[in-house]
Amino acid sequence: MTWVLGNLELIWDLTLEHLVFALVPVVLGVVLSLPLGWLANRTGIGRTFTINVAGLLYTVPSLALFVILPPLLGTQILDPINVIVALTVYTVALLVRTVADALSAVPAVVVNAATAMGYRPVRRFLAVELPLAVPVVVAGIRVAAVSSISLVTVGSVIGFGGLGKMFTDGFQRSIPQEIIAGIVLVLVMALVVDGALVGIGRLLTPWSRPVSTARSAA
Amino acid sequence: MNYFGWLFDPTNWTEQGGVFQRLMEHIGYTAITMAIALVLAVPLGAWIGHTGRGGFLVVGLANGLRALPTLGLLVLLVGAIGIGLIGPLIALVILAVPPILAGTYAGVRNVDSAVVDAARGMGMRGRDVLFRVELPNALPLVVGGIRSSVLQVISTATIAAYVALGGLGRFIVDGLAVRDFPQMIGGSILVAALAIACDLLLAALQKVLVSPGLQAAPARGRRLRAVPDPRPASQAA
Repeated sequence: MTWVLGNLELIWDLTLEHLVFALVPVVLGVVLSLPLGWLANRTGIGRTFTINVAGLLYTVPSLALFVILPPLLGTQILDPINVIVALTVYTVALLVRTVADALSAVPAVVVNAATAMGYRPVRRFLAVELPLAVPVVVAGIRVAAVSSISLVTVGSVIGFGGLGKMFTDGFQRSIPQEIIAGIVLVLVMALVVDGALVGIGRLLTPWSRPVSTARSAA
Repeated sequence: MNYFGWLFDPTNWTEQGGVFQRLMEHIGYTAITMAIALVLAVPLGAWIGHTGRGGFLVVGLANGLRALPTLGLLVLLVGAIGIGLIGPLIALVILAVPPILAGTYAGVRNVDSAVVDAARGMGMRGRDVLFRVELPNALPLVVGGIRSSVLQVISTATIAAYVALGGLGRFIVDGLAVRDFPQMIGGSILVAALAIACDLLLAALQKVLVSPGLQAAPARGRRLRAVPDPRPASQAA
């Protein structure tokens, strides 16, 4: 505990850095995977293609992806942007499939009813299909966010990784408290973000609340 | 800068500490870890799924693991045990067990209860039900768990180069130390290729092992090309 108390300022800075590194990719990934998932759901070939490419990308280990990206992107090898792009790639790889599945699970009757009421495709997607897909999509985002928070730390092996710095520094200087504090902070951050996403999911789907309370009461 | 020169230089493959040696080390760590993890996780997962006891624990463990930073676990264990194979190996096994455990548990648990009842109705005892009905039916999810476990281990074994383990991660860590970027990129490409190859191999193995009756056709087009079912339609359903 003495190490932690003596380094509160450093810990706070690393925590903020970590949050940015972990959550910017999640936000970017969500923004990218909504249209991609829509496309995958619409066309059979698009579906096979995106799901296979996503599966392939998700297979590449994180440390390797951090290093492979620079020659592909033309970035410097030790540029933090590589970590952001890599984690965005993982988020998209995970979410494209989730979004496609969630959209295909929207009952056809509902989509047809919306069409009959005069909804054009774009508005129907935004006002009917997407809201109904929210619970499944949020479940996917929770997985992506928690993985992202954990994966940021790997970046510290090549020089930047938020709280991961407490692992490399604690290892090199033999300060076990620093390593343990880092692990605990990562776990707590994952828990808090996960809880916040559950809350956002509830806010976005007000119609599902009475049903869920009835279910838990039964 | 020629980023790929290092990878295609044959001397980097055959020398002491070259690609062949590091690749064999990486596969070796993965194989040892998976052997230990399979022995621990498959029987435990099958037992929990069969009896239904402690299922929530398995699910919680598998979910919690996603948040556990692998690098933190590695440096903590190596700091406590010392440099060598044992510390990283324990970390690898800790990370390898939950996906297999969750896959086996979910697989056994989700076997259609009508199938299990039919097996009991035919006079099968608990052990027969588990080995001849539940486990074969659970195989797709068991192999799915093994696949994510293998990927996790290959990935973490790469990071373990930071705590002085061998394997392909050495090229990334050693390359960084001397700012030899082509070496880092070459090592990374090899790690990615190894992960993809292992995943494809296991996918093929899954095709061979899992009973044809359980293999859902992914697309409609495929279903048409499948071997026609020799049984009459009423039985096939």
